[in-house]
Amino acid sequence: MRFILRRLGFYLIAFWVSITLNFLLPRFMPGDPVSRMFARSAGQMQPEQIEALRKLLGVDERPIWEQYADYLYNIVTGNMGVSITRFPTPVTEVIASQIGWTLLLGTTALVIAAVVGNLLGILAAWRRGSAIDSALPPLLIFIGSFPYFWLAMGALYLFGVILGWAPLRHAFTDGLEPAFTWEFIADAGAHLVLPALTIVLVSVGGWMLGMRNTMIATNAEDYITMAEAKGLRPGRIMFRYAARNAMLPSVTSFGMGLGFVVGGALLTEVVFAYPGVGYQLLNAVQGLDYPLMQGLFLTITAAVLLANFLVDILYVRLDPRVRSN
Amino acid sequence: MTTFIEPSPSAPEVIVASPTAAPASADQSPAAPSPAAAGKPRKPKQGLVHGLLTNTKAMVGASILLVFIALALLAPVLFPGDPSRITDMAGLEPSPEHWLGTTAKGQDVMALTIHGSRSSLLVGLTVGFASTFVGILVGLASAYFGKFVDEALSLVTNVFLLLPGLPLLVILAAFLPPGLGTVILVLIVTGWAGSARVLRSQALSIRSKDFVAAAVVSGERAGRIMFREILPNMASIVMGTLLACVIYGIGAQAGLEFLGLGDVSTVSWGNNLFWAGNEGALLTGSWWVFVPSGLCIALVAFALALINYAVDEVTNPRLRKIKPVSEGKAAK
Repeated sequence: MRFILRRLGFYLIAFWVSITLNFLLPRFMPGDPVSRMFARSAGQMQPEQIEALRKLLGVDERPIWEQYADYLYNIVTGNMGVSITRFPTPVTEVIASQIGWTLLLGTTALVIAAVVGNLLGILAAWRRGSAIDSALPPLLIFIGSFPYFWLAMGALYLFGVILGWAPLRHAFTDGLEPAFTWEFIADAGAHLVLPALTIVLVSVGGWMLGMRNTMIATNAEDYITMAEAKGLRPGRIMFRYAARNAMLPSVTSFGMGLGFVVGGALLTEVVFAYPGVGYQLLNAVQGLDYPLMQGLFLTITAAVLLANFLVDILYVRLDPRVRSN
Repeated sequence: MTTFIEPSPSAPEVIVASPTAAPASADQSPAAPSPAAAGKPRKPKQGLVHGLLTNTKAMVGASILLVFIALALLAPVLFPGDPSRITDMAGLEPSPEHWLGTTAKGQDVMALTIHGSRSSLLVGLTVGFASTFVGILVGLASAYFGKFVDEALSLVTNVFLLLPGLPLLVILAAFLPPGLGTVILVLIVTGWAGSARVLRSQALSIRSKDFVAAAVVSGERAGRIMFREILPNMASIVMGTLLACVIYGIGAQAGLEFLGLGDVSTVSWGNNLFWAGNEGALLTGSWWVFVPSGLCIALVAFALALINYAVDEVTNPRLRKIKPVSEGKAAK
């Protein structure tokens, strides 16, 4: 229980840091984003819009601590202001309409990569020196050396443009209404395959190597020798004895991965024009939509922290050593 | 320092050993002001350098890297003039005249790629050295002072580790005025925490060794113990961190520039890819505009990774003993 509370306190501090960062950035940065924005959209803005912006970005005569208290209150009550590029939609609504796609893409890719990578790692450690163990890791490392977006663009070119197997952009065909029909789900699935596959391709190596290295250490334990001496089936020893105990670091990585599902797919979403929060973040940056930008960053941070906290709770269940501390 | 008094038989040796080792390193490199350099000239270094020189992976990696550095230095000689100058020879396929063809704006891709290595290597190396340096400072201070300092620094490190890197990069790059300095600064801000965490856990395990306790008792200054006693003993892990940071710097710079958040007027591999995407190079089938820069990034990253593995291999016996300790601490 103490452990959980300690972690909770840490995550609250981390969240407070990101809120404060958000508050301070537009106020203390050189280049003054407010005037940049006013200059760009002069004449197109309505008075309320300008008023809302002034408040959010701190073009405000009140003392800074008063603004800060106001800002904190607004964040805590879920008021993140109004989007500029999609005026007058509130930022929270814009984010809500997009986070689903990000979660779908990120979770699918993460689960596939974690399952495949861990299985490969288990096999590689179990048969050290076999083809899986000696040939696959260097290959995956070489693939991992390429910039991710470059591989993704290459895949898009090969499978989308030349072969025409995969759709070129977006999460579903234009004109189709999102609904729970077979037609729509199949269409969304077809749009999901290539983006998810590119993420799996670059991340599976990390999972595999991590699992392999822990597994090798676990395989040297006495209870594995004991299990072999008892004449248990190799499959049982491999999964129930060795892999089960080597799982713990992978659980931590999964938590980290779960957190980065929301923010980490930014490049994927940009390359495939996938309508998630990462794609929206870049659009907000390009459209100088500061309220939306800040809202997205806070949402992404909150998601990362929440996922890590959930994994901490899971960790207490899985590892008795943490509980006794 | 009760732990120091206990193993009295070995203590005199330790006390003698560490001061002799420290001046020796100072004599070998009087012109080494940076702590990273102070870590190298010590007895293990001979083993490390010799091991690396006889290691195939390290030699292959170093050769690739040297070729790129040479190309970067020779770029103005090989391709004089501004590589991004727009000409009317647009969209040419690779030919003897233009080895890698031209872009939609008529720029020679070969010239762009070789000139691009200058900015990419510069930013990668700067970011790598700077974030490793910050990581060393934070990690050593954390491990040496312990207690409150450690708690505070660990908290800051963990917060920076948890903040999602890429979105933070995008936000920072959006608020700061565009330019090479901004890119470098932003990458250091988002990149130092990882190295600090690794170096802290390694420094912690060395901090608990007897020779450090001996140095404390003999009244050496904090800075001297951190940089002359602890740092030289983690040279290999500092080297590994440095290589990882350089890889991170090159990759993250390319990603940032690909998103159009760098300084789009400079020539670098990331910007080449940004313009390739912007001009629809792939949609029109001009793969030669798109392939070279990405391949160069991959080759440099691969070369650095090779050297990293070689360092691991050469120093393996020690690393194997220490690794579980540091991993156990990291997992906590």
